Amino acid sequence: MGQKRSTFLFSALCFGMAFLYIPMLLLIIYSFNYSKIVPVWGGWSLRWYKVLFESEEVWSALTLSLKIAVMNATFATLLGTLAGLALVRFGRFKGRTLFSGMITAPLVMPEVITGLSLLLLFITMAELIGWPGERGITTITIAHITFSMAYVAVIIQSRLAGMAQDLEEAAMDLGSKPIRVLVDITLPLLAPGMVAGWLLAFTLSLDDLVIASFVTGPGANTLPILIYSRIRLGLRPDINALATIIIVVVTIGVIIAGYLMLRQQKQRERDMQMAAQEVVKLDA
Amino acid sequence: MSQQADNQDRPWLDPDAEPFIKVQGVTKKFGPFTAVDNVDLQIYRGELFCLLGGSGCGKTTLLRMLAGFETPTSGTIYIDGAEMSQVPPYERPVNMMFQSYALFPHMTVEQNVAYGLKRDGVAKADIAMRVSEMLKMVELTPFSKRKPHQLSGGQRQRVALARALVKQPKVLLLDEPLGALDKRLREQTQFELMNIQDQLGITFVVVTHDQEEAMTLSTRIAVMDEGRFVQIGTPTEIYESPDTRFVADFIGSANMFEGRIVENGADHVVVRVSDPRIEFFIDHGMSIKEGTKVWIAVRPEKIKISKNAPTESGANQIQGTVLGVGYLGNLSTYRVQAGSAKVVDVTHPNQSRPKGDRHAVDWDDQVYLSWDPSSAVVLTK
Ligand SMILES: Nc1ncnc2c1ncn2[C@@H]1O[C@H](COP(=O)(O)OP(=O)(O)O)[C@@H](O)[C@H]1O
Ligand SMILES: [Mg+2]
Repeated sequence: MGQKRSTFLFSALCFGMAFLYIPMLLLIIYSFNYSKIVPVWGGWSLRWYKVLFESEEVWSALTLSLKIAVMNATFATLLGTLAGLALVRFGRFKGRTLFSGMITAPLVMPEVITGLSLLLLFITMAELIGWPGERGITTITIAHITFSMAYVAVIIQSRLAGMAQDLEEAAMDLGSKPIRVLVDITLPLLAPGMVAGWLLAFTLSLDDLVIASFVTGPGANTLPILIYSRIRLGLRPDINALATIIIVVVTIGVIIAGYLMLRQQKQRERDMQMAAQEVVKLDA
Repeated sequence: MSQQADNQDRPWLDPDAEPFIKVQGVTKKFGPFTAVDNVDLQIYRGELFCLLGGSGCGKTTLLRMLAGFETPTSGTIYIDGAEMSQVPPYERPVNMMFQSYALFPHMTVEQNVAYGLKRDGVAKADIAMRVSEMLKMVELTPFSKRKPHQLSGGQRQRVALARALVKQPKVLLLDEPLGALDKRLREQTQFELMNIQDQLGITFVVVTHDQEEAMTLSTRIAVMDEGRFVQIGTPTEIYESPDTRFVADFIGSANMFEGRIVENGADHVVVRVSDPRIEFFIDHGMSIKEGTKVWIAVRPEKIKISKNAPTESGANQIQGTVLGVGYLGNLSTYRVQAGSAKVVDVTHPNQSRPKGDRHAVDWDDQVYLSWDPSSAVVLTK
């Protein structure tokens, strides 16, 4: 019975993993396919990587995406941190519950709605005040900030709630005014959360197709927009190569982050053990 | 000794002494819940004052109001003559040692201790000197470059103490300072704390739920219950003359007998108790009407236990059967069935070694319990 059950669970796990990873594996394999027609195998080759690196269009889309992602991540982290701080730390101001609920709304709002409403906003603003005159990098960045900020605020909120308030009180007790407490205690302790928020905002922006398509203008193609527009005309081997590169970069990033976190945790455990052992020694 | 010299150690007896901390009619409500209920308190310079009470009785809330982290719902607090309602925590002449210690995890021991001095704009060289002196005093010099998570509980406690003391505040507020330590370390640290307080002459206000700790440490104790003070006094006053049954029971233990006053003379009172059926003779007069319901508290160690009838005759003796004996080494405790439902606890020092395993008084022995007329305390609440 036990044997049967574990066999069943094991096959379920294998099936689930296969479901997740076989499509990506196929993508990677086909990126090395010499043949121009994707499903037809023409032997191993780096041909499409070369095509990719020689394409002006791909490079400009990549630069645009990276620029937007960096600006977005930076501003979203800044604003999201402020919002999180205001919601958790600065007492019960009027309408706090309302704000608290509203900040999470963009997380569940369908992207199509967010994109549409932002487009409407930009058009109305252009009519009224003549800005933004042309849709492109600026409008995409602003649109990305509006929803990434919500994610950052949620991360910061949860870290703050978990962070004992008595640290801030202790600093105040020792003579720090509130601003000083923020700089000396709160922000340093929030730093890991802000880094996590920055990275999340960065990936969200890099990944976004729907909202960017709504608010972009002529000529401003981000990487996802470019990929999608090419794919629409049929599968293309150079896009497979591009996707493979993205997969590799993301995998490396995840592994590094995991390794760093694990090392930090191990170090902490070692330190605590050391402290405990010393007490035993002193007592003896 | 003159009265004047007497009162130097006990400023609370001196009607002219100016209290250093004055709490007047302070109430703190959290929504409909009253955490601190209309308390008055005077603490004098150099005292080691304990707030003692069970969990949730409002000790921390009162301390946080002194530190400025909570605003009283009503009432006023004066520290060193100044009214505190408009003074933020960072400008009060007090420092607090938190129950959780609240050490800054991203700073070393040294940086933690230096933090308060830096904020005060003390010169760099002075900071270094004062920090190293303070670390020496709490014996943490070898650990100065460590982060808090690399320290044991006792070491963290001393960092927290050093960090609060280094600023030389006029008042140090300590919230269960020894709560996180194990018993041995706690006893040892109690004396260190008293030494430090004595050396620096800083006024300490200590919150604790441990009555032994309060008895050991303090000049005076305020016993709290449900947000109110039930009694304020020296450890001796609180132990020997509790005002209420709550205090008598909370500080140490007490045998409680319920009865009525049947005779009220100028120099004595007689109380008739129904279970066991005896009369208590109290050797001082009291201003209570005859017939009033009262309780009599007798501490277990004030009761003599013997298998022979006491030679002096008096009202204060009862007979009973030993239900149980607990041998604690230095003491023995006895549970004696003394009425139909009444069980009396007695503790007795073991002044001579028992022969073999035989104790002077053992299970099922018929015994006489007796006590001095001055040992019983009459309580009306
Ligand atoms: N910020 C708060 N909001 C609501 N209730 C509180 C707050 N702080 C304390 N209380 C309540 O007040 C009571 C007294 O708390 P506290 O002063 O911490 O007790 P203790 O004597 O154990 O230190 C408790 O019942 C607690 O739940
Ligand atoms: Mg408490």
